[in-house]
Amino acid sequence: MAVIHSAPRYASNAGMLDNLSAAIGGNLIAAHEEHGELMFTVQRAGIEDVLRLLRDEHEYQQLMEIAGVDFPGRAERFECVYMLLSLTKNHRIMVKLSAAEDTPVPTVTTLWPNAGWLEREVFDMFGVLFDGNTDLRRILTDYGFEGHPFRKDFPLTGYNELRYSEEERRVVYEPVELAQELRQFDFLSPWEGADYVLPGDEKADMPPVDEPKVTDSVKDTGAGAKADAKAGETVSAGSPAEEDSGRDRPESPEPTEDRADRPAREGKAVDTAASTRIDDDDSAKDDGA
Amino acid sequence: MSGLVSETSPTTQGDEISNYTINFGPQHPAAHGVLRMVMELDGEVIERIDPHVGLLHRGTEKLIEHKTYLQALPYFDRLDYCSPMCMEHSYVLAVEKLLNVEVPIRAQYLRVLFAELTRIKNHLLNIGAHVMDVGAMTPNLWVFELREDCMNFYERASGARMHAAWFRPGGVHQDVPLKLLTDIGDWVDTRLPELFGDAMSLVTDNRIFKQRNVDIAIVSKEDAIAWGFSGPMIRAAGLPWDLRKSQPYDVYDRMDFEIPVGTNSDCYDRFMVRVEEVYQSARIIKQCLAEMPDGPIASDDRKVVPPKRGEMKQSMEALIHHFKLYTEGFHVPAGEVYVATESPKGEFGVYLVSDGSNKPYRCKIRPTAFSHLQAMDFMSKGHMLPDATAILGAIDVVFGECDR
Repeated sequence: MAVIHSAPRYASNAGMLDNLSAAIGGNLIAAHEEHGELMFTVQRAGIEDVLRLLRDEHEYQQLMEIAGVDFPGRAERFECVYMLLSLTKNHRIMVKLSAAEDTPVPTVTTLWPNAGWLEREVFDMFGVLFDGNTDLRRILTDYGFEGHPFRKDFPLTGYNELRYSEEERRVVYEPVELAQELRQFDFLSPWEGADYVLPGDEKADMPPVDEPKVTDSVKDTGAGAKADAKAGETVSAGSPAEEDSGRDRPESPEPTEDRADRPAREGKAVDTAASTRIDDDDSAKDDGA
Repeated sequence: MSGLVSETSPTTQGDEISNYTINFGPQHPAAHGVLRMVMELDGEVIERIDPHVGLLHRGTEKLIEHKTYLQALPYFDRLDYCSPMCMEHSYVLAVEKLLNVEVPIRAQYLRVLFAELTRIKNHLLNIGAHVMDVGAMTPNLWVFELREDCMNFYERASGARMHAAWFRPGGVHQDVPLKLLTDIGDWVDTRLPELFGDAMSLVTDNRIFKQRNVDIAIVSKEDAIAWGFSGPMIRAAGLPWDLRKSQPYDVYDRMDFEIPVGTNSDCYDRFMVRVEEVYQSARIIKQCLAEMPDGPIASDDRKVVPPKRGEMKQSMEALIHHFKLYTEGFHVPAGEVYVATESPKGEFGVYLVSDGSNKPYRCKIRPTAFSHLQAMDFMSKGHMLPDATAILGAIDVVFGECDR
């Protein structure tokens, strides 16, 4: 696909994929190029060797970032992605490994001093352990925080909230109480993308029945000639006669009385039409006044 | 030295004074926000610094995972709130890289123009704050005047003085009026060099300012590379490394500008690199204004960029696109990219993982401050306590970005 976007353009990837794959050798699990980015998936245990090799032999001098990603469906649910930058070759690559909660990743603080905080952040947010990092404290979350907030199963609202209590004159921690339920809209189209059942659509995906539903035998329902004959019998001899309940029916209301005619108005103002007529003479008079 | 007998101190009566630990921040005005540094001091000499960050952590990356690609954009303004549009720049380029969408040339010029205006705005704040940290009041008041002008330009382009949300995947949100462009041109020609030159004339050769900054926190080239420095921090170390030059994005490859580098790699060099970058940014702005063509300001790919409002009122198809883009949003092809741009503070990167839906699966933000602040310990070792403010000022750290 032709590149038409205007994102940063660095040195060409041509040949780099095979070159570096061969260099990484046995530690390489997969390598691919997508969206113009080179991505190498490597063995967890060999990450330090791989990055040392890339730094010393292939001029990737700077470690810019370590990113954690959580895929809860996988056996090893976390991914750590190392972004390397070569100042001399003007090139970027990404090196990726996977890890679980109980499988520590070898630290790379031995290679780059700034890996310390980057690993601390991945530990803090995802709970990935880094073997050999001597300062693996939490970094971004609060003192005494529990849990790893960027895991996909950690709720967006968290569990605890804090506020300043005027009575106790200190900051107090309380379980989160939402005044309104957190609402999530994804607006995905049910025809493309949405993988959940919309309200009212529960039966939409049920498989169609194999055979039309029929009753098994006459005996089960009691239907048949005998029942037909019984149904044919006349139940009543006609409509029931009306009985006198002994009470009077309500009567229709009295007709309203006619109102007496109004007397004719007194005075001369019987016909006022003339007084509202606009005459040319009158308007001229008004203008003059 | 064996002949010397240790004297009894007149002040401590012979008691040994051990190192003591103090908190610098989180409420210290020179901490540039909510930074808490646990300092171990031997007298007034810094032995060890342990910066505690995260007091402004808001979980931006987690919030972005629950928003569509367009809704996630305004969070980037709130990272480095001193240079909002440069934060947006990395994100929109990352989205565009995944989508492989073409941005019209006028939009690219507008983005570069405003990214450089943002760089000036950011450097003015840092320069002013730095000189104030080391004791000078006046230049800060002057450069804040200029910063105010920048924010007015922001407002005239986007409607907001700080949190613009003006860069969009596929272009920019709205075109700018011609009068704004001519006003920026006048400002760059007259007001900026006059006022900024006056302010800097008070500082750059000032004896006190030099005493506070020259030879403070010298970092070798090797250390600067190993600690992952970027931006003015690595340029002050003498490495002419600038992503705008080496990995150009938008129309930076058409721009003619110089990369200032330091010679001594101390706080004074970092300061002077920023001062020169203001002039270089002004140069880029002038080129943008001179060369910018007319034309559309956003891609015409209707699956990414919503149609104009007037069009929406006339055309059924435009109405459908408008509705779908503002509710469901656009879908981004699955994949992962890491896109880094030269923000005023250094390399600001966005690692975006898409699963093909309308929301990012993961959006990791690479703050510039993490590498620089982490080096605070080794940069400050052996310096005096008041030097810590100068070192911190020269790092140019903003906690909205550092803590995310």
